[in-house]
Amino acid sequence: MTPFHPGDRVRVRPAEKPGHVRAPDYLKGRSGWISCVLGHFPNPEDLAYGLSGMPEKTLYRVSFRQSNLWDGYEGPDGDRLYADVYEHWLEPEGER
Amino acid sequence: MSEVHPHEEVRPERSPYAARIRAMEALLVEKSVLTEAEIQDRIEYMDSRTPANGAKLVARAWTDPDFKERLLSDAKSAARELGLDATHEAELIVVENTPVVHNLIVCTLCSCYPRAVLGRPPDWYKSFEYRSRAVREPRAVMREFGFEPEEGIEVAVHDSTADARYMVLPMRPEGTKNMDEEELAALVTRDALIGVSAPQAPSRAS
Repeated sequence: MTPFHPGDRVRVRPAEKPGHVRAPDYLKGRSGWISCVLGHFPNPEDLAYGLSGMPEKTLYRVSFRQSNLWDGYEGPDGDRLYADVYEHWLEPEGER
Repeated sequence: MSEVHPHEEVRPERSPYAARIRAMEALLVEKSVLTEAEIQDRIEYMDSRTPANGAKLVARAWTDPDFKERLLSDAKSAARELGLDATHEAELIVVENTPVVHNLIVCTLCSCYPRAVLGRPPDWYKSFEYRSRAVREPRAVMREFGFEPEEGIEVAVHDSTADARYMVLPMRPEGTKNMDEEELAALVTRDALIGVSAPQAPSRAS
């Protein structure tokens, strides 16, 4: 998995996955920027089923323009949404 | 499993959710996954956490710039300086309101909240309405709480989707120069720590 760095353009994978998922649907397929690396944590999507969650996954804070997320968003272009997204839900922007 | 006597266990005012929790609790104890004492300890731990803790952190940050730096860079250890043990939280992150950005906290997936500091979240924070609208129309939500960021201030919504819990460090209101830490803490409400409102200076100078 490619490590990302602050400022990198990324896209949340538009994938479906059954069960416990920590990537909200409203961000699937949306592009944003890596804001920072929050650290490495056991994968909560495995922990939820009593598994070890290992190896740990990198967690990123990703920044999105609100006006890119919602039609008719009320607010200036500078309004942002930040979400914490695990590495396996992110791909470099432009990659398919 | 022990027998359930509906006439004893389920009072009319108790919701089905509460009944379900009690049933799960009884099962976990019966299967020795948890003990009654552990449950009680956890309840006491949670009850000992209140928004007053967050207000204390904010008031100290307003009066001590070095503490503010530490609070923003390592909130857990800053909390420890004030005797608050936040080690139960995976990550605790404090985001600062400034003249250019106002922060708002939500958890769209469930109800993640900095419980180790603030205790239980308010019911509205857990509601579907708040969780869906705070990301989509944060400015409308804040207006409904009677708050509107000043012209030119950008809104940053933090959806705590994973292992970090967020708390807002609001801006110190004008006209509070002569207030001490305790008086300042009294201005900081739970809603301001979530970001749906902001602390107001007392309406009249004394």
